[in-house]
Amino acid sequence: MFVRGLKYLIGLGFAFVLLLALFTGIAGYVKNPPVPLPQDEFHLPPKDVHFASDGPFGKFDNRQLQRGLQVYSEVCKACHSLNLVAFNDLKQIGYDDAEVKAFASQWQVPDINPDTGEASTRKGLPADHFPSPFANDVAARAANNNALPPDLSDIVKAREGGAAYVYSILTGYQNQPAALLQKFPTAKTPPNLHYNPYFASLNIAMPQMLHGGEVTYADGTPNTADQEAKDVAAFLVWTSQPDINRRHAAGIAVAVFLAFASILGFLAYHQLWDEAKRSVRLTGPLDPENQVKRKRASRKAGVKG
Amino acid sequence: MSFSWAKPYEPKHPVMRWLDDRLPLPRLVYGAIGGGYPVPRNLNYWWNFGVLAGLFLTIQIVTGITLAMWYYATTDGAFNSVEHIMRDVNAGWLIRYVHMNGASFFFLVTYIHIFRGLYYGSYKAPRELVWMLGLVIYLLMMATAFMGYVLPWGQMSYWGAQVITNFFSAIPVIGDPLRVWILGGYAPDQAALTRFFSLHYLLPFVIAGVVILHIWALHIPGSNNPTGVDVKDERDTLPFHPFYTAKDGWFAAAFLLFFAIVVFFAPNWLGNPDNYIPANNLSTPAEIVPEWYLLPFYAILRSFTADFILPAKLWGVIAMFSSILLLFFLPWLDKSPVRSGNYRPVFKRFFWILVVDVLVLGWVGGSPVKPLTVAVGQIAATYYFLHFLVILPLISKFETPLPLPNSISESVLHGEKQESAPARSGKPGVTTVAG
Repeated sequence: MFVRGLKYLIGLGFAFVLLLALFTGIAGYVKNPPVPLPQDEFHLPPKDVHFASDGPFGKFDNRQLQRGLQVYSEVCKACHSLNLVAFNDLKQIGYDDAEVKAFASQWQVPDINPDTGEASTRKGLPADHFPSPFANDVAARAANNNALPPDLSDIVKAREGGAAYVYSILTGYQNQPAALLQKFPTAKTPPNLHYNPYFASLNIAMPQMLHGGEVTYADGTPNTADQEAKDVAAFLVWTSQPDINRRHAAGIAVAVFLAFASILGFLAYHQLWDEAKRSVRLTGPLDPENQVKRKRASRKAGVKG
Repeated sequence: MSFSWAKPYEPKHPVMRWLDDRLPLPRLVYGAIGGGYPVPRNLNYWWNFGVLAGLFLTIQIVTGITLAMWYYATTDGAFNSVEHIMRDVNAGWLIRYVHMNGASFFFLVTYIHIFRGLYYGSYKAPRELVWMLGLVIYLLMMATAFMGYVLPWGQMSYWGAQVITNFFSAIPVIGDPLRVWILGGYAPDQAALTRFFSLHYLLPFVIAGVVILHIWALHIPGSNNPTGVDVKDERDTLPFHPFYTAKDGWFAAAFLLFFAIVVFFAPNWLGNPDNYIPANNLSTPAEIVPEWYLLPFYAILRSFTADFILPAKLWGVIAMFSSILLLFFLPWLDKSPVRSGNYRPVFKRFFWILVVDVLVLGWVGGSPVKPLTVAVGQIAATYYFLHFLVILPLISKFETPLPLPNSISESVLHGEKQESAPARSGKPGVTTVAG
């Protein structure tokens, strides 16, 4: 008898502790309601922006990626590393061997002096990865008011919202709204930070870098801030997911194959089972369809039910 | 194996006869998944998910072994080795994305498989051991998935390992030393990563072993079916091959299509972006959340926010483990002799409430901690425990089940006629006793 009752005891015990927690929570909420934060109200979701690589048929626009590379090389690289990308990878976005070699040689990569064994630098080779702007994270923080500029190789995969988030941050700088300061007078953006409603805490350490005119595009594309931000975001989609072109092409082939295989398999299955004469849906008396029929039949037969 | 009319294996080719005489492996396969295993003829598509779970286990083992050829289990090499696989290894992105999403799909099909068992009473006698072995597989899957998630050594890997191993420190007296022993240090570090990799490689083979026991135990009584009525004679069954191999085959292709769409077009949809940031023990992510398949249990853990005799944290850990362990007692908690929910009007309602309840718990587990989500989680967790420990035992005492068909073949051939017949018309051949 005791063992039989044990299950009810355990069940009601858990329920009791949970409801106790619930009422404690409600009491706490009533006594000290949570203080609203400025970001609850003023944080914005990423802007709606589209890239050539979006969607199942999306492919990179190499000219845009090359423009994005230019923005990275002339602006972002001052603070941000791109550790996971090698110069050789640039062949994927439309450069040939000679161009990659020439591009790599413009960069200084860390090395060891073969004569003295001391740290030194040398010209980059195609097999090198993009060098970091700082020797280490401590140096990076020291140069940036104690904020660490993140590595950009994976940034699109590593942020909620992906490329749209990157684009929104780059173009989202504005003055702190008067409504915010009115409601939260203590939430004024601190000196070394910058107001950006697309950033989770609203105040970001990175200053606005793209105002328009930072780079001059060789192909004559207008160098507005919006265009530069879009191009570099597209480039960072590529650095994060260089597989997109191959992945989408393979995906379509696989999907077509599997769709075809399922249809053929389904037809074979049907032919086989037709011989086994299984024709009735087997869902029991609680199937709504059966219930409707039963009700109708009951009414017709004059039976209550 | 199970029924007298099961066809014995008859080798057609002399080579097979030669082999069968010396090592009856062909006989074993024929009896397990061939023409020698009679299956109820009325299985619906919910019965396809066991085979799919086996398929995903195979996919995980094959892709996992391949990834292990390139992966380094070191704290400073793990993250970059995964990125190297994705960027530089031939088709590495494909293998890695299949493995990563394969884990999610393995859980998805397993959850459907478990809920199918719950609805159709597949845990009841004589299949209690099938059910319990299935739960062992499920627990092993959770352990394997957790350790696999730690391996890329991203932010969520690291902080997930912190949170999960912290559960053990809630145990009184031995908690803290136990946690240090499990991790091989005070915090997740090289020792933890190495052993997690070792176990992550080992456990899938243990799972495969338990799967064999699960199928073996299943083949003694044979499969349950949507009516829950026992198989009575040969008319009730069809041989597994070719009938169910054909059905499982086309459905597997269709399901893989769904899988392929996620792998190729939204590979990071189910993942957390934070795990593409290398682990950093000095920077805690804003929200530490496990993968979606563990969220309901995470919600139960976090719902215990008040101390009552025991500290709240210990309550949470006890409740989280109990929420799974109580399922082992399910065959004895639900004593109704009727298996299928199709014939249990009250049970059926509460079953669907449970489904919604678990989805709500999943939503709560994935949401930031806010007063409202916590309160909703507490109500949902309360229902979860009451459902299994109070409501289900009471239903099985007081519910009047609907009349069951006499046999599977009768339900196949005349089922709809009877099931849509006027109420209480007392049709002959309808009984109220469970089969």
